[in-house]
Amino acid sequence: MLEVVDLRSGYGRIEVLRGVSLEVRAGEVVALIGSNGAGKTTLLRALSGVQPITGGEIRLLGARIDALAPHRRVERGLTQSPEGRQVFGPLSVEDNLRLGAYMRRDKEIGADRDQVYAMFPALAEKRRIAAGSLSGGQQQMLAIGRALMGRPKLLLLDEPSLGLSPLLVDQILAAIVALRGRGITVLLVEQNAAAALEIADRGYVLETGRIISTGPGAALLSDPAVKAAYLGAD
Amino acid sequence: MSEFVQFLMSGLTVGAVYALVALGFTLVYTASDVVNFAQGEFVMLGGMVTVFMAALGVPLPVAALIAVAAAVCVGLLLYWLAIAPSRGASPVTLIIITIGASILLRGAAQVLFDKQFHKLPSFSGDVPVNLLGAAVQPQSFWVIGGTALIVLLLYLFMERTVLGKALRATAANRLAARLVGINTTTVMTLAFGGSAAIGAIGGILVTPITLTSYDVGTLLALKGFAAAMLGGMGNPLGAVMGGILLGLLESFGAGYLSSTYKDGIAFVVILVVLVAMPQGLFGRRSVERV
Repeated sequence: MLEVVDLRSGYGRIEVLRGVSLEVRAGEVVALIGSNGAGKTTLLRALSGVQPITGGEIRLLGARIDALAPHRRVERGLTQSPEGRQVFGPLSVEDNLRLGAYMRRDKEIGADRDQVYAMFPALAEKRRIAAGSLSGGQQQMLAIGRALMGRPKLLLLDEPSLGLSPLLVDQILAAIVALRGRGITVLLVEQNAAAALEIADRGYVLETGRIISTGPGAALLSDPAVKAAYLGAD
Repeated sequence: MSEFVQFLMSGLTVGAVYALVALGFTLVYTASDVVNFAQGEFVMLGGMVTVFMAALGVPLPVAALIAVAAAVCVGLLLYWLAIAPSRGASPVTLIIITIGASILLRGAAQVLFDKQFHKLPSFSGDVPVNLLGAAVQPQSFWVIGGTALIVLLLYLFMERTVLGKALRATAANRLAARLVGINTTTVMTLAFGGSAAIGAIGGILVTPITLTSYDVGTLLALKGFAAAMLGGMGNPLGAVMGGILLGLLESFGAGYLSSTYKDGIAFVVILVVLVAMPQGLFGRRSVERV
């Protein structure tokens, strides 16, 4: 599904991604964990094309996409729910979802929207409300729903549990597991490493712009080094 | 009473033009964060191109269409040649670029056309209409009606079409807009072209009343900018209200106080409003939750 080879990116002279290579296979949920400033968000933005890269390759379904504009990548089935939700605040919930399908010209947009509402009933009740006045958890659902409206083959989720109550975190994670059931491949970035690795098939650990460890989710969970660094255990 | 209606109608007429200029400012600002000080030049182009086309024997409606098309071309060129290549420059740099473009356009108009004042015939004659004792020029109704129509169409476009929503989404959150696949270059092209068309139409409508010349854009840009600030920069409804308010202030100021200070009166009121409410009268209160 997604192959990233030796990806490099940065801000000015500061290199944030220093040769990242990873792979996400079709139907997988892959977790990318790492501390603050490791480069997780930069990586996802580079994948979506909103962060310039200085080297390396990105392949989606076998084809190079690293030179494509962001909207061309959406067209090819790569969408993202960005860090910090980033909903279109003044627009209604419904309009936010409609814009998630901005690149689509088919007739099933309404049906997909209803599917998002079925997945997150809280959004259905607020469909006419401005997205900016939703609670944090609802905004997160909206951001995920909006990314789903693009009919992704690969969905990038950046910190979907950030700032949410434990109950809501469980609800969001359950939604991600449900997405896998629908055949959507997910690359999940999380600071909440334990929760992410629990639902992930595989995981990567990113540290200061490099992948330092990888393996099945359960194996990383029990890896002493990962435990010490990211899971807060002794 | 008749005096009051007289001032009211002339204020609404001038205010409608300010509203169109302010709307142009707002449209470009929401889409691209650029304050386009060449906005007044679109109004000038609308009037001047129509005048010179009509002088060549082109029927007035066709001349007006050509003028709008010319202004749109200039607007798009301004975006493609000057604004797009400077993407990422600071707002001050972009403002200075648009001021430079405005000076360039004024100079070109001076050479291409001339330095005289020009008039267009009124669209439906010059016989004043009696409205509650006031003598109102029929062209005033064209200006006010035309502005109302543009505002309505723009509103429908922004609220009802996916492209209009994409424009509002880009204004609200550019990163998210790009992530859902909105091509922000298209949105900005649309904003520059649209604001040029709106300005040009304003220029055509008002030329039979106020005359036009190569340099009418400067003061109009200033007034339109003031109107946009008064209404709350980035809020289309505010821009329209700000423009009309400014027109009324000028008209009543000139009528009841002194015509010498009509610009002064308007600007003093704006200063007071902005000191008291820096967001403008209709500025968006932040309702975002984090």
